[in-house]
Amino acid sequence: MSYQVSLEMFEGPLDLLLFLIKKDDLDIYNIPISHITKEYLAYLEMMKELNLDMAGDFLVLASTLMAIKAKTLLPSSAPSAEEGPDPRAELVAKLVEYQKFKEAAKFLERRGEEYKDVYYRGLPHFEETEKTLNIGMFDLLSALKDVLDRAEEHSGEVLGEEFPIEEKIAKILSLLEKRPAVAWEEIFFGETKRRGIVSCFLAMLELAKLQRIFIRQEGNFAKIMIYMKEVRTDAIGDAAVN
Amino acid sequence: MPLETPPLISDNNEELKKVLETLLFITDRPLSLEHLNKVTGAKDAARIAALIAEIRQELEGKGLPVVLMEVAEGFQMATSPAYAPFVRQLFCDRMTMKLSTAALETLSIIAYKQPLTRAEIEDVRGVEVIAALETLLEKRLIKVVGRRETVGRPLMYGTTMDFMRHFGLKSLEDMPPLSTIADENPNSVQ
Repeated sequence: MSYQVSLEMFEGPLDLLLFLIKKDDLDIYNIPISHITKEYLAYLEMMKELNLDMAGDFLVLASTLMAIKAKTLLPSSAPSAEEGPDPRAELVAKLVEYQKFKEAAKFLERRGEEYKDVYYRGLPHFEETEKTLNIGMFDLLSALKDVLDRAEEHSGEVLGEEFPIEEKIAKILSLLEKRPAVAWEEIFFGETKRRGIVSCFLAMLELAKLQRIFIRQEGNFAKIMIYMKEVRTDAIGDAAVN
Repeated sequence: MPLETPPLISDNNEELKKVLETLLFITDRPLSLEHLNKVTGAKDAARIAALIAEIRQELEGKGLPVVLMEVAEGFQMATSPAYAPFVRQLFCDRMTMKLSTAALETLSIIAYKQPLTRAEIEDVRGVEVIAALETLLEKRLIKVVGRRETVGRPLMYGTTMDFMRHFGLKSLEDMPPLSTIADENPNSVQ
């Protein structure tokens, strides 16, 4: 049997199973268990070959399928009409329910699309991925080098406490208090000495590590911007619903 | 809420309307009729409702770039979709939400079955939902609403006001009944 490698991403084992049922136009209430098990296992095999990270959930369902298949194959010890419940029943119920929520998710997706252009007062949300650092170490380092190149060559005698990082942290935070975002260069404003620049840089990294700020660069060669990480206000936001 | 001297509203509908417009303009979350009734001191929810309908029509009639939305069990002004690109331009450092399929599925399960625990969601989806839950919490589309009084007292989740606002739902009843939703699907036999 040959499969088209259309990299369908499945949300989980139930999703994959639903896909297979749809693909072969099967009756969800009367799944040919042997057929579907074969298909399912073939898909798992393919996923393995493609080195897709396969969660254990997929294997659990595989074993469930095989258990059901075994049950249906075994000759019933009681040849009477009462064969007990269909071993597939539980799985079918799960599939049917899951399918409903898949449809509900589509409904939400449509609604979200429909209302995406309606803006209310109150801050729009950041994309999750945008709350994190999106530039590599080398980009940061080369940006740092640019700033350092502009620094005074000579800094004379340097005392250990001359450029405490705490001070720079306070400086960055005070910049961000006034505005939601600050350009990379602004962080280094007024820093003429290499050590001052370096401690600014370290202060920035420290703040990023502490999750107080996040650093973003929108595309290659774009300006690097520093953002304050907003404080969660769920409690306030929801307290006043009623 | 301290309301020492609620603005005195006589029978003057025009004045009350202005007060309502002010509140609906400035609020950052939908205001319910009861809430508006309390804040204005009008003591007449039906009158408020009628005036809100008027305000709504007026805004529409004048073709203003703001609209009055009935959303999340309340009312709030919103910008007209026609000018959405400019809003996006203004907030270009922020993005609108894009939810993954996993997040949407998880959200729809919560919306219909709330309050429920993570394990209960996972039972429906047949797959772990930790990441999706985190995303939804972060975006304030869901919140922790309590604990199930069973072993381990697991957290229970429910949807938020932001959830209804994001999907333009007047209330949770605005979600289509699950049974009819399934009927739309050509593959669900029967």
